[in-house]
Amino acid sequence: MPSNLDTENQLVKSLTDKFKTKIKTEYVKHNRIKISTSQDNLKSLASSVKELGFEQVISQGGTDYPDNNVFRIEYHIICVSKKKLRSIMFSIMTEISKDNPEIETLIDIFPSAEFHEQETYENFGITFIGHPRMERLLLPEDWDDIPPLRKDYVLPGRG
Amino acid sequence: MQNAAMNIEDKGGDQLVLHVGPQHPGSGHFRILVTVDGDYIVGAKPDPGYVHRGAEKMAEYRDYIQNIPHLERPVIIDATGVTLPYVLAAEKIIDVEAPDRAKYIRMIMAELNRIISHLYWLGIYGIFLGHSTMFMWPMGDRELFIDLAESIGGTRVTFSYVVPGGVRNDMPTNFTERALKTFDYFEKRIEEYKKIFFNNPLMTARTEGIGIMTKKDAIGLGITGSNLRACGIDSDTRKDEPYCLYDNVDFEIPTRKEGDSYARCIVRLEEMQQSMNIMKQVLDLMEPGPIKQVIGGVMRGEPGEAFVRTEAARGTMFYHIVSDGEKNPYRVKISVPSFRNIIGMTHLLVGSRLADMPAIYWSLDYWPVEADR
Repeated sequence: MPSNLDTENQLVKSLTDKFKTKIKTEYVKHNRIKISTSQDNLKSLASSVKELGFEQVISQGGTDYPDNNVFRIEYHIICVSKKKLRSIMFSIMTEISKDNPEIETLIDIFPSAEFHEQETYENFGITFIGHPRMERLLLPEDWDDIPPLRKDYVLPGRG
Repeated sequence: MQNAAMNIEDKGGDQLVLHVGPQHPGSGHFRILVTVDGDYIVGAKPDPGYVHRGAEKMAEYRDYIQNIPHLERPVIIDATGVTLPYVLAAEKIIDVEAPDRAKYIRMIMAELNRIISHLYWLGIYGIFLGHSTMFMWPMGDRELFIDLAESIGGTRVTFSYVVPGGVRNDMPTNFTERALKTFDYFEKRIEEYKKIFFNNPLMTARTEGIGIMTKKDAIGLGITGSNLRACGIDSDTRKDEPYCLYDNVDFEIPTRKEGDSYARCIVRLEEMQQSMNIMKQVLDLMEPGPIKQVIGGVMRGEPGEAFVRTEAARGTMFYHIVSDGEKNPYRVKISVPSFRNIIGMTHLLVGSRLADMPAIYWSLDYWPVEADR
């Protein structure tokens, strides 16, 4: 599909002008922008993405990378109100160490991330500092194993 | 003080905590703890998870083909709606593209499923507003669309029909004729639905002005799909970021400004008409040709990731698949509309009356199995 990346590049440029070397552009593709940053800068990057017009967290999730001893945390953010930006999805990500899985919550910027963060908390054991309800959401009440989406949790009978 | 038999907790003063669900016939497999002060709801705490099966973890143990029937389970009444974005994401990882005819058939299946799902919802909404006819009519008419989908997919609800590279089989030669006949019938039925239910004081009195969601709240809380369109935002993934060949067809996005329960209902009714309009155009546009790109051997992709969103019956369905080059995906993240709607539901319930709870709850078309995965 022939695509014109003008809008995407413009958005990325406004962020790189502001954050310089603090952020890394992973890729800019047709309708998809992915930017990584350090744990400390995630919050200010999220505010800047919101200022650009991206208002809804459509998905928030984590991925376990045991080889590097990190969790990758991602927020996928879209815009629903402005026609020009609707086709674009922003993904911002950061990596945190598995030894101290804590990160500041983004729900004061994106209220729509509330339940997603709670789900990530129980599935990976990542604590979102400042989240009002860091408690179990979907898992059974009597679950007493390690968080299930970590790679070292093996499905019973599948190991 | 607690009355265990009735799950009522006295909070002192005039407040009580009431457990609605998970066995309540009006909640589905979902519990919500509402604090009531007299007849008014002053607090609502959702408690999902009763049908959580760990679909994301299980998907890491299945290859790209085995995952199709597996990931279909959370939303069997909108089976194509939940598998289509998965397959589109898998196609990006495996690097294949479906031929045009397959894309059109996918659109037909997606739209049939949208109608099937909306009719199921409408039946449930009817019965919870005390209107038995509105339960029986949509459930009966739904069978006609199930028959159409069955003639393509082979089973009544869980087709596993969309596969990477295309679709499993071509549609029967008499499909167009059968489909147009059903559409003709159903277009007349929509008018009858309006007469008996949507313009009925019994329905309007319980839904108009009830559970109003403002545009700003809907955006902030992450509402998508019909619930968002009922607040006056004409956002629809089929137009915003067209997939398959939705950019070749012309259709309207039904919207309402009110943002109340009635608006959410009428938007869905109009969406069914639009779905039929899309299918009519697709049947016209389709040309004979291959329906599948054959992929030899076990499917595996390059290390990488794919993000895909589509418009399912309840809103935007989003998949994030990470591949490490093996035959099984490394990580599958599913973000479903029902899960994102929980937050909006809590927001709407607080401040409304307990008697309005079914009218609000079901107007959001919340599907617990989808939310829990």
